[in-house]
Amino acid sequence: MSSNKKYWKSVEELNENSSIVETLQQNEFVEEIPTDEFLGDKASLESSSTSRRDFLKYVGFSTAAASLAACEGPVIKSIPYVVQPKEIIPGVANYYATTIADGYDFASILVKTREGRPIKIENNTDAATNGMANARVHASILGLYDSLRVKAPMKEGSEISWDTFMSETTSKLDAIKAEGKEIAILTQTFASPSTRNLIADFKEVFTNVRHVEYDAISESKTLAAFQAKYGERAMANYDFSKASTIVSVGADFLGDWQGGGYESGYAKNRIPANGKMSRHIQFEANMSLSGANADMRVPMTVAEQKLALAKLYSYVTGSAVGGSLPEALDKAVRSAASEISKAGSNAVVVTGLQDVNAQTVVLELNEYLKSKAFDPKTTVKTRRGDDNQVMRLIKDMKAGKVAAIIMAGVNPMYTLPNSSDFAEGLKKTELSIAFSMKEDETASECQYIAATPHYLESWGDYEFKKGHYSVMQPTIRPLFDTKQFQEVLMGWTANEQTYRDYIKQIWSEDILNGESFNKAVQDGVFVSSYDEMGAYDILDGNNSEAEDSEEVPSGNAARALAASSKSNGMELILYPKVGMGDGQQANNPWLQEFPDPITRTSWDNYLTVSKSDADAMGLVNENVANGGLNGSYANVTVNGTTVSNVPVIIQPGQAKGTVGLAFGYGKTKGLKEEMQTGVNAYPLYQNFSSVQNVSIEKASGMHEFACVQLHNTLMGRGDIIKETTLEIFNTKDKEYWNAVPKVSKDHIETPVTSPDVDIWDSFDRSIGHHFNLSIDLNACTGCGACVIACHAENNVPVVGKSEMRRSRDMHWLRIDRYYSSQESFEGDNEKKDNISGLSSSLSEFGEMENPADNPQVAFQPVMCQHCNHAPCETVCPVAATVHSRQGQNHMAYNRCVGTRYCANNCPYKVRRFNWFLYNKNDEFDYYMNDDLGRMVLNPDVTVRSRGVMEKCSFCIQKTQKTILDAKRAGRPVEDGEFQTACSAACGNGAMVFGDINDKSSKIAELKEDDRAYHLLEHVGTKPNVVYQTKVRNTAKA
Amino acid sequence: MKHVIYRNLTSKILSFGFIFFLTFSISINAQEETAEAAGDPVNGKSLFNANCAACHRLNKPMTGPALANVEQRLYEEEGLDREWLNKWIRNSAGLISSGDAYANKVYNEWNQVAMNAFPQLSDQDISDILAYTAAPPPAPAVAETAVAEQAGGAQGGISNEIILGALAVLFGLLAMALIVVKRTLNRFAEAKGIPVVEEDEKRLPLWKAFVQNQFLVLVTSIFFLLGSAYFVYGYLMQVGVDQGYEPVQPIHYSHRIHAGENGIDCKYCHSSARVSKHSGIPSLNICMNCHKAIGQVAEATQQEGINEYGVDYNAEIQKLYKAVGWDESTQSYTGETSPVEWIRIHNLPDLAYFNHAQHVSVAGVECQTCHGPVEEMEIMYQHAPLTMGWCINCHRETNVNVQDNGYYAKIHEELSKKYGVEQLTAAQMGGLECGKCHY
Repeated sequence: MSSNKKYWKSVEELNENSSIVETLQQNEFVEEIPTDEFLGDKASLESSSTSRRDFLKYVGFSTAAASLAACEGPVIKSIPYVVQPKEIIPGVANYYATTIADGYDFASILVKTREGRPIKIENNTDAATNGMANARVHASILGLYDSLRVKAPMKEGSEISWDTFMSETTSKLDAIKAEGKEIAILTQTFASPSTRNLIADFKEVFTNVRHVEYDAISESKTLAAFQAKYGERAMANYDFSKASTIVSVGADFLGDWQGGGYESGYAKNRIPANGKMSRHIQFEANMSLSGANADMRVPMTVAEQKLALAKLYSYVTGSAVGGSLPEALDKAVRSAASEISKAGSNAVVVTGLQDVNAQTVVLELNEYLKSKAFDPKTTVKTRRGDDNQVMRLIKDMKAGKVAAIIMAGVNPMYTLPNSSDFAEGLKKTELSIAFSMKEDETASECQYIAATPHYLESWGDYEFKKGHYSVMQPTIRPLFDTKQFQEVLMGWTANEQTYRDYIKQIWSEDILNGESFNKAVQDGVFVSSYDEMGAYDILDGNNSEAEDSEEVPSGNAARALAASSKSNGMELILYPKVGMGDGQQANNPWLQEFPDPITRTSWDNYLTVSKSDADAMGLVNENVANGGLNGSYANVTVNGTTVSNVPVIIQPGQAKGTVGLAFGYGKTKGLKEEMQTGVNAYPLYQNFSSVQNVSIEKASGMHEFACVQLHNTLMGRGDIIKETTLEIFNTKDKEYWNAVPKVSKDHIETPVTSPDVDIWDSFDRSIGHHFNLSIDLNACTGCGACVIACHAENNVPVVGKSEMRRSRDMHWLRIDRYYSSQESFEGDNEKKDNISGLSSSLSEFGEMENPADNPQVAFQPVMCQHCNHAPCETVCPVAATVHSRQGQNHMAYNRCVGTRYCANNCPYKVRRFNWFLYNKNDEFDYYMNDDLGRMVLNPDVTVRSRGVMEKCSFCIQKTQKTILDAKRAGRPVEDGEFQTACSAACGNGAMVFGDINDKSSKIAELKEDDRAYHLLEHVGTKPNVVYQTKVRNTAKA
Repeated sequence: MKHVIYRNLTSKILSFGFIFFLTFSISINAQEETAEAAGDPVNGKSLFNANCAACHRLNKPMTGPALANVEQRLYEEEGLDREWLNKWIRNSAGLISSGDAYANKVYNEWNQVAMNAFPQLSDQDISDILAYTAAPPPAPAVAETAVAEQAGGAQGGISNEIILGALAVLFGLLAMALIVVKRTLNRFAEAKGIPVVEEDEKRLPLWKAFVQNQFLVLVTSIFFLLGSAYFVYGYLMQVGVDQGYEPVQPIHYSHRIHAGENGIDCKYCHSSARVSKHSGIPSLNICMNCHKAIGQVAEATQQEGINEYGVDYNAEIQKLYKAVGWDESTQSYTGETSPVEWIRIHNLPDLAYFNHAQHVSVAGVECQTCHGPVEEMEIMYQHAPLTMGWCINCHRETNVNVQDNGYYAKIHEELSKKYGVEQLTAAQMGGLECGKCHY
């Protein structure tokens, strides 16, 4: 029965006499459609040269022409060498050992070259003592192909020839010398024996010369403390693999602390073996990588850290210091001290506090403990900058006392807190020369820019640690008209040798001790006994032996430290980010797009604020409807210097009363517009102190972040990152802490791994290779070297900030970071298990979305899991993704039609879709958009086009290569030969790749390890990636 | 293909004729020479080729000076006799160090490259060689014979047409015979009074009848549609398949001469095929390994090139010299190079990964399996379609070469047991998996 109800659309309709209703009934559109305007204008229609018919003709013709043209293949030219170099075979990669030493990152590396082009950085496994290549080093190869490099020497903005450069500068220098004025050389830390000698030669020739070494992020206090104690301006070496108890007070030793390179030693002892692993206690303010990996992390302000260190010293040595800590903190320090005392010489204490007293306390404490991990003899030389000298230089420049300044490897106009003073001083010099690869802030202010080659085009020699040398050799001819700083120095001092010959001479005289130079170049590293050191080290003082450490040190330093600890207001802690370091590589799109391991945010730096401080100041973070993270802006003021509009991120674990801000962003010169991200923190780095008293006020507006992980907690889903404590691991059965999930079949609990509960038939993979990748969550520090290595190996495109914000990142390998919402992840699990009923589940799950104030942190690298029963494969309508017998899930790009069904069906969300064409596209103006940048592409991996899905391939190009090499040699593949880019890049040994059908292999052993589990095992996908349960050493002493 | 074989035959006949004629002509010359210099130029030629040809030619300077009429010239210009020549040939270094003026002059003129000593040559041998150098080159006569032979060769080529012609004549005769038979039968019928049925005038024309028969129309149109679909499909499937692609190259390089007649191993020039994914186009320094000495082709080859392929081989060699910067007159590199821009023939799409080393070194596949009879190709062309179907067929049919390869020992034993076969094909080994070639 129909009703007589009348529905009305607006109140107006109720009014029977409304004219509006009447009009609307007649007209569909309220406003008239202006058809007459364009159709009625006969004149313009007729005057148009293109009629509608013509238009259709053109469309038809161009379509036909395009389709016809598509049938005709292009003519491709192939141009062989005229004379082929003996070492180059097209299609075969050559590897060269070399060294990166840009003043911030120092590492011995291998460079993979194809047809003479360097295309990838790898670890030099011979160089165990020099640390492994970190994310920045892996990415540094892009700097070689940077289109903004200075291509020839320049004088006041225009290019000149080297001859002109040399003659002009030499005459000017000679004139300055004749007048007896001072010449200043301001350089990065070179740690290079030959360069030091060259500078000494230069001093000899030009007499009145001052050489100042300058580190953008200073370790001056560390050096001073060490020098005061040991007489040498250097840093102590630490081997964390020898420490069973590590206490760090504000030292991010897994990051860039004292030059970095300590993570692989640390990771060795983090893998539980024979029931033992190291215990790591971290006192810090910012949430750092080290804090995230610590077994116990105590957030505290820097003032409290100072006191804590002094107290720690006092509790261990028994000498009294003044001051008092809040009770909770004091308890933590007390327990740390008792653990140190218990571990004795197996303990080590480190600090990152830029304070001479703090550094002295640590040196004294380690010496007192006779710490095995502490090595003051093999001194580390990768930081030498002296703040006081830099300041004095600026003062003298301002006073007009410096006639000429020569700068190499530094960018003081960007990195100095008082860059305006420097600019003023620069104007007063008669001659200013910047050795630079870019027209950066400093170079563009100088009279001359001496175009320098990239390190992959250069020669060099380095001494990272006493007796541990590394050689830099060119891997490609200089792409541009460039000269090294050293070569020009040799030109000025009328040294006729080539720089290589000069290095060889220095080495054979002072270093090699009769060993072959060529072998050292080939290996890239050379270790000599430091007892036999020659006298080349001009700047180094004499090395007094360490004092007898039997007696208890005076404790004066500790008392001074305690006395200096005073807190007033908010503290700002400036820190280098894992991805950006000191900002030298700001024009590197890989690093810009690299999500920070802690915040998972890319393309930005930001103020990290604790939740309670943020609430107090009204600073917010919010996830908006399009899936992006927005954050408030704040103005940050230190001593009258304000950096405004700093975006704020609320950082769990940030000590209350502190905020953090990263260096390296906010560069404005010598980089593409896309890379000009973030704010410059250097103006706040006053007196080279990384801790500043700061006032913060909220600014208007919201910042749009490109954060790739908005969900920060696991919400009690303990099967994603399985965790246990060392105690349980040692005492309980595997069933207890790493049980295989079960499902009920016919009311019988059956493990999901059983074939009975599998809906798929298993494929026999017992013959041939079966690749597996094991990821040890204990050894993974989250450093991200693998992410960049994967980028380089697999031609993964860079998508830019706005696409990242839309979660369209293309990283084949991501490192998920989770915070616990309770004190620990275990607490999360308990809380989840205890939830019952709808009301409690709604509220409590809601609570669990928020991380705790000081959460436990876990990292988990996730790439395609190469499931044996892959959900993506079954849904592909065109069979573009299929499985291989070798355990790799293949992706045939050319077959893919882009339905994205596979990505939807992937439980791990590792598939990436090419929303756009990322190469040769001006919208994505990164390295793939210029001829120079594309030289870095790996020719063995397809560059994907728009509209196809892509994902981790288990580096099939590498496994295929390994297999082919074995076939050609007619031998089986040995264990360790199979590598993926990520496993090869992982210096921590967290990633192990191999063939599980080779029963003697390490991976076969790891797959059967008690700690092994699969991600989301209950889904039954049977992945070929194995994770090793994270074990925390939470044992209380 | 057939044509190529004939071409080869032609060249064989040609070369045979050439050799025959040469032998003949030389023997005539030899008879003349014997009277004058008591040397045997026939033996002299073989000695010359064995000992001298590496550095000397008759009419052109090479590493050493041209040697045509050397004895006469030496005598006339320098007054040096056979005795001096003997000394020089047997031990030039000795003669130079003895301070002989002309010896030193020659040594210095030729970049101080010492001539090898030939103490093993007897007086008679040297006489023979000198007799050969004094003999006038027999080139023009050869050209004539070549042309003559050419005609002969061409006749051989026509034989196809002869057969066809004969067949046509045969068919013509048959048709005539049939007409004659019909006429005779008609005549018989007339004679016997049997009425020959004439065609019905009113009968529908064939096409009308066809159009009216709907069934036939339907069948025909279906047939027609299927037929056109077949051709359209065929056309579309060959889009992007460049089988037979034979572009004009910047240098007319004859694989027939190099790989065929001279039997140079493919991998001598394409050496990276053994170790790399690319077979590699040889760099010009590889060419110069031989072409430093070979500045000209043999006369017969030159004529053959002009007549059969319309190419001047010597001019092509000059192109090489120009590209690599080789100055023939000074026998040295000028350093001015201009790389040759070859047109790439085998263009596998970037999405497909192909590795030569796998196929050449590991599997031991002959280059010709994919590249066709390269040794018969005057100009290289694409022999195989290079389609995925073509790859896969081969992988299905080809057994894995496991002989003496330690890599395959275990996997082959286990897999062949599993599949129950003696020899595994590449496909059974996993050679059909997508990711093996597409990544």
